[in-house]
Amino acid sequence: MSISHLTAVVLFALFASVVFGITLREELREQVRYGCIAFAWFLGGTVAAGWILYFLNPH
Amino acid sequence: MKTMAPSDTVAHQSSTAATTAGSLSGWWVVVLGWLFPGMGYFAQRKWVRGALVFICVVGMFVLGLALSGQLYGFNTGDLLAILGWVGDICAGVLYFITRSVGGGAAVAHNVMGDYGTTMMISAGLLNILAASDARDVFLGLKK
Repeated sequence: MSISHLTAVVLFALFASVVFGITLREELREQVRYGCIAFAWFLGGTVAAGWILYFLNPH
Repeated sequence: MKTMAPSDTVAHQSSTAATTAGSLSGWWVVVLGWLFPGMGYFAQRKWVRGALVFICVVGMFVLGLALSGQLYGFNTGDLLAILGWVGDICAGVLYFITRSVGGGAAVAHNVMGDYGTTMMISAGLLNILAASDARDVFLGLKK
């Protein structure tokens, strides 16, 4: 099986965020909110790290 | 000096007793949740949480396998490999089944293999996180 790096990151972020939301917050509303924030941080952090690496070594 | 009302004292004592008994008996929830992803919640009739944890842990583990990730075996050589084994074994029966059928062998030429290895370790860590959370729910420390 071969998937793109972005797909792998999105799936990883999705699975991890759902479990984080369930385990780290109590109320349903808080769980959903925390899960969404964690998902955004996973994706945003990965994209930001990718750009940082690109500027460090663009070739 | 603040004094407790009799009803408060009784409630406090029963709460302490329940916590003490629960701290001993609650470990079966952790073991159940560790062996079978989501089962710690299912045992408490938390169906949605259990299903979501099951889907996420199994999904991440299977995706890691599909990406040709490496499943670590018990070893005493490399510290990172030991940590990898600890993470893998936290996936419970997923680890034992995969090992028993000879799965999880690293494929050197697959560039996504490292992703797969990381995903399987992460699946185990998420599983043990959910199992310990299920114990908190069982003890009443969390909703």
